[in-house]
Amino acid sequence: MIASPRKVRGARVTLAHGGGGKAMKDLIDDVFVRAFGAPGDAPLEDQARLALAGFTAIGDRLAFTTDAYVVDPLEFPGGDIGALAVYGTVNDLAVGGAVPLYLSCAVILEEGLEIDLIRRIARSMAEAARRAQVQIVTGDTKVVPRGACDKLFITTTGVGAIPSGRELGVGRARPGDVVIVNGWLGDHGAAILGARGDLRLDSPIESDSAPLHELVEVLLAAAPGTRCLRDATRGGVATVVNEIAGASGVAIELDEDRTPVRPEVRGFCEILGLDPLYLANEGKLVAVVPAAEADAAVAALAAHPLGAGAVAIGTVAEGRPGRVTMQTALGGHRIVDMLIGE
Amino acid sequence: MKYVDEFRDREKARALTLEITKVLDRIAAVRQQPLKIMEVCGGHTHSIFRYGIEALMPPTLELVHGPGCPVCVLPMGRIDDCLAIAEQPGVIFTTFGDAIRVPGSRQSLLQAKAEGLDIRMVYSPMDALALALAHPDREVVFFGLGFETTMPSTALTILAAAGDGVRNFSVFCNHITIVPTLKAILDSPALELDGFLGPGHVATVIGTQPFEFVARHYRRPIVVAGFEPLDVLQAIWMVLRQIEEGRAEVENQYARVVTPTGSRQALEAITSVYELRPFFEWRGLGSIDHSGVRIRPAYAAFDAEVKFAVPNAQIADPTACQCGEVLKGAIRPHECKVFGTSCTPEMPLGALMVSTEGACAASYHYGGARALGRGRLRVMR
Repeated sequence: MIASPRKVRGARVTLAHGGGGKAMKDLIDDVFVRAFGAPGDAPLEDQARLALAGFTAIGDRLAFTTDAYVVDPLEFPGGDIGALAVYGTVNDLAVGGAVPLYLSCAVILEEGLEIDLIRRIARSMAEAARRAQVQIVTGDTKVVPRGACDKLFITTTGVGAIPSGRELGVGRARPGDVVIVNGWLGDHGAAILGARGDLRLDSPIESDSAPLHELVEVLLAAAPGTRCLRDATRGGVATVVNEIAGASGVAIELDEDRTPVRPEVRGFCEILGLDPLYLANEGKLVAVVPAAEADAAVAALAAHPLGAGAVAIGTVAEGRPGRVTMQTALGGHRIVDMLIGE
Repeated sequence: MKYVDEFRDREKARALTLEITKVLDRIAAVRQQPLKIMEVCGGHTHSIFRYGIEALMPPTLELVHGPGCPVCVLPMGRIDDCLAIAEQPGVIFTTFGDAIRVPGSRQSLLQAKAEGLDIRMVYSPMDALALALAHPDREVVFFGLGFETTMPSTALTILAAAGDGVRNFSVFCNHITIVPTLKAILDSPALELDGFLGPGHVATVIGTQPFEFVARHYRRPIVVAGFEPLDVLQAIWMVLRQIEEGRAEVENQYARVVTPTGSRQALEAITSVYELRPFFEWRGLGSIDHSGVRIRPAYAAFDAEVKFAVPNAQIADPTACQCGEVLKGAIRPHECKVFGTSCTPEMPLGALMVSTEGACAASYHYGGARALGRGRLRVMR
C-alpha cells in the first residue's frame, strides 16, 4: 500500500507547485491522483504501460489523437474544461470508429489559481472518464507565472482500437447519401458565449458536452455502410459539412427547415447576429450514410438519449465539388461557406 | 419564435414573390432593361444573402448593394489613425468586432493586437466606458463608427461620461451620415438606379422625412424597409408598384418601428454632441461634403482627435480595388477584377470584403442567386 496522499498546502497554486519538489508531488497526489485513482498499488512511473492484448482484442488498428483545451470561462452551464478535455478527445477517437481506451492529461496551471477550482476540474475529468469508459493513465503538471497562461490549459491525448473492417473517411461521401445530425445544434457555442458575461445576457443555455462513443456504436450497428463521421466542434456543422464536401469532391445541400436549433439558441443568435450553423458543439456528430440506411440510422440514433433529436439535414449531390448550399426557410438558396477568423 | 417566424413565413414569401413577378412582367412589357433597385443599408444586403432572396427574384430585377455598411466605406487612412492612437502609451483602444479586420495601409487592428497593442472588442460604447472606469490609470478610446444608427449610443455614452466626470475616456469619432451619401450616389452621372430600399435602422433614428429629397428632387421611389425577409420582399414590391404607377414617393414599410420624424431623444443626443464636418473621406466614393460628424468643442475632453495627435492619414485606395464601382452599383461584386482572387474574406483587399454586411463578403459567403448557377464566380479553395 502507498501511504494516503499528503494534503496540498495553501489555497492557491504557487510556482513552488511546479518546482519538481515536495509541493509539486503533493499537488499531483492530492488533486490529480486522488481524483483519477492510481493504478493498483504500483508506484507512479514515467509512462503508462498498456497491454497490447487489450487493443488487439478489439481491433486491428490503433487510433491516436490529441487536443488542447482552452476555454473561458473554465466552468460553464452544462460542463467545464475538464469534462470537455475528456469528451472532446474521446469523441475524436469515436468518430473514427475507434473504441476509446486510454487518455493522457497534461495540465498547465497559472500561478495564483485556486486549488479548489483545480480539484473540481480534476474530479469532473474523473467523472467524465468513468462515463466515457476510458482510463486516464498518464499525465503531467506545469505551473507558469501569472500572466503566462490564462488560468488553466489542458491537453489530452487518447488512444483506442478500431475494429477490423471499419472504414470511415471524410472523403467517402457519394451523391445520394444523406447527412444526419444527432440533435440540437449550437448549444455549446451559445452556452460559452452566454457564460462569458460580457454580453450580459441572462441565458439558460447549457453546453451539450457529452461522450459520443456509445452513440457511434449504435449508429454503426444500424447503418454499417456509414461513410463518415465528424464531431461538429469548432466552426460548427457548416465547417464540418464543407470539409466533407471538399474531401469527397461532392456538393452538399442542406435544408434550413430541418436543421435543429433550440428556440433559446435561435433567439441568442438573432440578438447577436450569429449563425447557429457555425457555433461549436461538444456532443454532436455529423454522419453521412447511404440513402438506403438513412432511416435506420436516424431511428437508431433517436433511440439513444444522446441522439433523441436525430434528423437528416441534407443530402449529398452531384454538382460543383466542395460546394455547400442551403435551401433557406424562406424558400431561397444560399451558399454555406467555411468560417473565416472567429 | 414569436416576432421572428411571422416575418420569415415561406408561404407569404411565395405569395409576395408572385406579386413581385407580376408587377415586373407588366413593367417589362413597356421597358427593355432590367430594373435596378439599390438597398442602401448593409443590414438589407445581409438579409438578402442570408435568406437567399436574390434566388427568388426574376432576372428582370437586379438588386444593387449600396454603401450602407459603415465598415466598408472606411478608408485605410482611418485605420492607420486608429493604430496611431492605439500606439500611444497607456491606451486601451476599443472597437466593434467588425472593424477589427479592416485593412489599414500597414496592418489591421487585429494584426496590431497580435503584435502587442492593447486593442479590445466591445459590443457597445458603454462597455468601453466601463473599461475606463475599471482602469483609471489607462486612457480608453472608443472607435465611434457607423451611421445615424449607432450615433446616439456613442453620444449618450459621451454624455454619461461627462455627467460622471470621467477623465480617461474618449471617442475617435468616425460617424457618418447617410443623406449626403445618397445624394452623392444620385448625382453620379452613370446612375442607373430605378429605386431604393431605405435604411430602416437609420430611419428609426432620423425618421422618413429626411429621405423626401430622393422622391422630390431625383424622382426616384424609396421605401424605408425592415430587415426580416418578408419586410424586404414587401418593400421591393412597394418600390415596383411606384415605378409601375409612375410615382416617386417616400413610403414606410417599417411602420412598426419607424415614424416620419424619428426618435426625439436620439436626435437630441446627436445634435447636442456632434457637429457636421466640412467633408469626410469615403472608401471608393472619395470625399463627400458634410457626410461625417465630429464631436462638438463643448465635449472636446472626450474627443480623441483633441486628446491625441491623430495623423489624419491620407491613403489612396488600392488601385486594383473596384470597391467604388461596386458601391455605386456600376458593377456587381463578382465582376470586380480581384474578387475571390487577391481579395477574399481571409485576406481582404477592399473593405467590402471584410464585414458580413459588405456586398463582396456577402456575395462570397452566401453567393448570389445568379452566382449559384453561373461560371467563374466562386474560386476553388
